[in-house]
Amino acid sequence: MAEPLLQARGITKRFGGKAAVDGLDLALFPGEILGLVGPDGAGKTTAIRLLCGALRLDEGEVTLMGLDLRRQVDRAREHIGYLSQRFSFYEDLSVMENLRFFAEIRGLSGVEWGPRANEILAFVGLAEFTERRAGKLSGGMRQKLGLASALVHRPKLLLLDEPTGGVDPVTRQDFWQLIIRMVRQEGVGVIISTPYMDEATRCSRVALLQNGRAVAEDTPENLRRRLAGRIVEVRGAPLAALRAAAAGLPGVADVQAFGDRLHVRLAAAEPETAIAALRAVLAGTDIRLDDARAIAPQLEDVFMAYAGRGEIQDA
Amino acid sequence: MRNTRLLSMIRKEFIQILRDPRTLALVLVIPVVQLFLLGYAANNDVRNVPLAVFDQDRSPAARELLDAYRAADYFMLAFDVSSEEELRRLIENGQAGVGLIIPPGYGAAIEGTGSADVMFILDGSDPSVAATGLSAAQLIGQAHGARIQAERLARIGVTGAAQPPLEVHLTVWYNPDLEDSFFMIPGIIGMILYAITSLLTANAVVRERERGTIEQLIITPIRPWELVVGKIAPYTILALLNTIEVLAIGSLWFGVPIRSSLLVILGLSALFLLSSLGIGLLASTVANTQQEAMLTVWLTMLPALFLSGFFFPLQAMPKFLQAVSLIFPLRYYLSIIRTLLLKGTSPAALWPDILALAVFGVVLMTLAALRFRKRLD
Repeated sequence: MAEPLLQARGITKRFGGKAAVDGLDLALFPGEILGLVGPDGAGKTTAIRLLCGALRLDEGEVTLMGLDLRRQVDRAREHIGYLSQRFSFYEDLSVMENLRFFAEIRGLSGVEWGPRANEILAFVGLAEFTERRAGKLSGGMRQKLGLASALVHRPKLLLLDEPTGGVDPVTRQDFWQLIIRMVRQEGVGVIISTPYMDEATRCSRVALLQNGRAVAEDTPENLRRRLAGRIVEVRGAPLAALRAAAAGLPGVADVQAFGDRLHVRLAAAEPETAIAALRAVLAGTDIRLDDARAIAPQLEDVFMAYAGRGEIQDA
Repeated sequence: MRNTRLLSMIRKEFIQILRDPRTLALVLVIPVVQLFLLGYAANNDVRNVPLAVFDQDRSPAARELLDAYRAADYFMLAFDVSSEEELRRLIENGQAGVGLIIPPGYGAAIEGTGSADVMFILDGSDPSVAATGLSAAQLIGQAHGARIQAERLARIGVTGAAQPPLEVHLTVWYNPDLEDSFFMIPGIIGMILYAITSLLTANAVVRERERGTIEQLIITPIRPWELVVGKIAPYTILALLNTIEVLAIGSLWFGVPIRSSLLVILGLSALFLLSSLGIGLLASTVANTQQEAMLTVWLTMLPALFLSGFFFPLQAMPKFLQAVSLIFPLRYYLSIIRTLLLKGTSPAALWPDILALAVFGVVLMTLAALRFRKRLD
């Protein structure tokens, strides 16, 4: 296998004695999209800030293209594009002025930045808005400016911290198309944090973060395969009573509501036994069972299995 | 080598300054407003104090005394009253600042013994007006008395003895008319340099944090010193333009002399800017919002203005406060700029103040640079 683009070993960051990121190991290869997935407070933002040196490591080390982030952070940053959760461009500067500024302070010369800026603005679809003040851009256009700025210096590593938060579904879709195209065209490696499971599914690999640790890391397919045969989808009414009945069965690890249906997670891959047991329990009660069948596990199911309990945002 | 990062940072700051018309107007107009306000309002020169006279004598000698008072423009003969009661009322309600009572028989006494008394009443509620009135009244009275005596002696044939035994010749150098504006205007330069550079620099740095743009900045390869210099260079240029602006108005409108070369003045002003920029940068490292930054800078500026000899002369302060004033860089700069403008002394003679400013500048800048981290934590 090729040299990893980025290698993080045992990175740790504490805030007031509490570890926000706790001994995290990550590796990223060129052309890969690594998703950091986890609930709020899992340490996603802190991890990304550690990877670009915005926060100082308490422990561990990060190497980017052979550069040690603790000692050669400014050289390493020449290869990093970063898009923070919060819009962090100058609202009183135009799209082009923002791009020029961030290109130049990343070392692009006067003859380099112009063509590259036009190229990247056309790529993200902002070519017609170069003179518009950043403060007057819509949410989706702001994200595109962010992406353009993060890419203007042709970085090898792109760090995206919940880039699609608060953006409408169509724009999210556009945004992902851009990222995927860019990974193919320029061969950069991407680390993206997201609370959305559908976005996690698009990643080459996903690290499930919880309390600052990666509780699982694999491709989305492999992660889903870990629960093969252990998810039973149940429909019926009333849902609350159905849920309570399912949860009381032997061999049931957890029950989660997904809209008008339930996902029953089993301790072992024996769906037929569980379905038969459920029918037996419901016989003679007022609870209606419309359907119960084994389904292919979703990434949500995997996430919930590792997270234990708790709500997650709708995908 | 051309430093693209630094130049780009400076250009960005300038664009932002130009796009923020309120701040720009503030920077350009406030110095002029302050100059005119303080140049005129903070004026301790006492002129034309309204004088109420209760002349009970009405003799030619009394009129001569009144003429002597009228001749100097300290007093303005505003009221001629006919009772002590009336005079008291005018002073009480503030219409008259001073009262003069010439007793009956004043003329006769002057003619006879050559000695007479008059009474001067001063409103002491404003000490600076009263002090000037008091000394003016005494001076004019003594001069008038000396003349009467000289005339008397001349009449009986003595001439040589008319000269008083001791005569003090006063010469005021540098500000011969003792104009207060000559004291205030150099001070205003100091205040404006201090205010503009420290407040605007602190705000410019904190604004990056407040708006989140610092997150993008810190992950770029820009070096911390480039960030700092890029931030302060535009405000240094603005501040030096303000200096020229205030100097021009001070010289052309108020007639303040400029007795040193502009280069020396701007050079030593730039030296002072090291300190005020350092204070601004330090404030930006402790403040999270622009309001906090503003308040922090103000907290340092108020005592500096009061204890650096901006309003009150250092020599008039208690010894303890004079010692405290040594910690304010503004103190040294005010001393330098007043000397440069009014005396035109060679800068070499100012070396203790210049040295102090240099030390403060280096220490404050170093502290700020040490505290200035290109990180979020």
